[in-house]
Amino acid sequence: MQQLARDTNAWACYDCGKCTATCPVARVGGALSPRRHVLTANLGEGIEPSRDDTLFSCLTCSLCETRCPAEVSYTGLVQRLREAAFDAKIEPECPHGGALQSVMRMMAKGGTQQNRLGWLSDELKTDAKEGEVFLWTGCTVYYDAFFPEFGMKTVEGTRATVRILNHLGITPVVSPEERCCGHDLLWNGDRASFEALARHNVELVRSSGAWMVVTPCAECARTWKMDYEPFFDGRVPQVVHLSELLAERLGDLRLQANGTSRVTFQDPCRLGRHLGVYDAPRQALAAVPGLELEEMRSSRHRAACCAGGTWGNCDRFAKRIQIDRLREARATGAEVLVTACPKCQIHFRCAMKDPNFESEVSIEMRDVAEVVASALA
Amino acid sequence: MTDTPSPRSNPKKRKIAATARAAKAALDPRIVVFACNWCSYAGADTAGVSRIQHQPHFRMIRVMCSGRIQPAFVLRAFEKGADGVLVSGCHFGDCHYIFGNERAVEQFEKTMNVVKLLGIDEGRLRLEWISAAEGARFAEVINEFTDQVRALGPSPFAISDAIEEIEIPETETEAGTETGKGMEA
Repeated sequence: MQQLARDTNAWACYDCGKCTATCPVARVGGALSPRRHVLTANLGEGIEPSRDDTLFSCLTCSLCETRCPAEVSYTGLVQRLREAAFDAKIEPECPHGGALQSVMRMMAKGGTQQNRLGWLSDELKTDAKEGEVFLWTGCTVYYDAFFPEFGMKTVEGTRATVRILNHLGITPVVSPEERCCGHDLLWNGDRASFEALARHNVELVRSSGAWMVVTPCAECARTWKMDYEPFFDGRVPQVVHLSELLAERLGDLRLQANGTSRVTFQDPCRLGRHLGVYDAPRQALAAVPGLELEEMRSSRHRAACCAGGTWGNCDRFAKRIQIDRLREARATGAEVLVTACPKCQIHFRCAMKDPNFESEVSIEMRDVAEVVASALA
Repeated sequence: MTDTPSPRSNPKKRKIAATARAAKAALDPRIVVFACNWCSYAGADTAGVSRIQHQPHFRMIRVMCSGRIQPAFVLRAFEKGADGVLVSGCHFGDCHYIFGNERAVEQFEKTMNVVKLLGIDEGRLRLEWISAAEGARFAEVINEFTDQVRALGPSPFAISDAIEEIEIPETETEAGTETGKGMEA
């Protein structure tokens, strides 16, 4: 426990309570108190998830860390404590009955040939095995299969990514052997399954010979950039989120107006606060002719999270956070809420189904890849 | 009576037996059957009461309504190494809760899509309507499904969990008798 307090810089905490004051869960009435968890860790006591279930109500959105004057890594602390809880066979009550976790664990076990590339159509140029750039598609096909009732296609974002890459003259590797990046299992405490996935995925990219990994998913980007580090052996591929690549190569894109005039941008917690990428998606959007970006009341590092990042938390507090955020989006007068993570789309679309708020919070949602792809000349 | 404990109470021997069992899973598939309380479970009962012979390789989980069987249940069964999963409920129009089985169809379709994406053979998952009176049909479905799953062989996810799961800690009574025996010797 002392080691944990040192690793996460918890020793530096001087009990100011800014973390709990900014915590989005605490703000809408949840019992979660980051400050209490940090203090308990400093006192050398473990948190007993059996008695204190707030360990699993943290969104790991990292909002508290941006305010912490002592630079305590609260998300790091939560991650480690959840691993300890998992080892003690205490698991959170996963939403959707833990179905998504089951799917990820089956992928970690492996042994089957997935059919995950059904969305690839003929006009999309890809390579199944080798190439210079690896497109990490993420699990959008699975999400679409799980949530047909929201009438959305998160896989459209993935398809749009291929179109953009083709437009830039890149034929990406899209492999049927890709497995879940393990992000959610890691944040739910299942490190063993995460490591199995990480080893498989790193080996897959290494064998493709790619020097760059591009992904349209903010969570995959975070996992590849930050959590896969110990698994690389020798050559480390450059990992970028699609929006970063777009911002870098804006000059090579021929864009024309696509009819969208006023949009607002939801910063995914993984892309923004975890990776510090705020400007890239905004630059990509600004490059579309006739498109105007209207910021929400809280944006960039202050942006509220979609409250469901790890398939770990969904409760009335999460719904309140989502409804509040959608109200902010509507207040900007934007026609489209653009985001850069499939999970933001799923969770906000779910919140829009709430019959109590439906008319107040409904807004069209699209991925930044879709917006840019629809503007390609 | 000898001092050697019976193979049943010896964990080591039991584990070997379990490994052997996992190895010949191709012969004895492990099938999970979800049955609704009002029709299919009663149908299984009818099959039993009428003494209709059917293959014994399934474990039955009773739920109040087939509409309860969400993707998580089925996927969990596959994750834990089930070779096949059968979802069963009342015929349309017979549902005790009027539309529960329509809900079951929605859930099943969703599950089937995910199962296909994962690359699990479609033949390992099936939806059947069995009423309380259809004991013969229950036996027939079980026989047919068991043969189908057997032909597909053991599940790709079955290997490690199969052993772990069967290991059962010794009961107190068994341990007690053994100590007694030791003292006698």
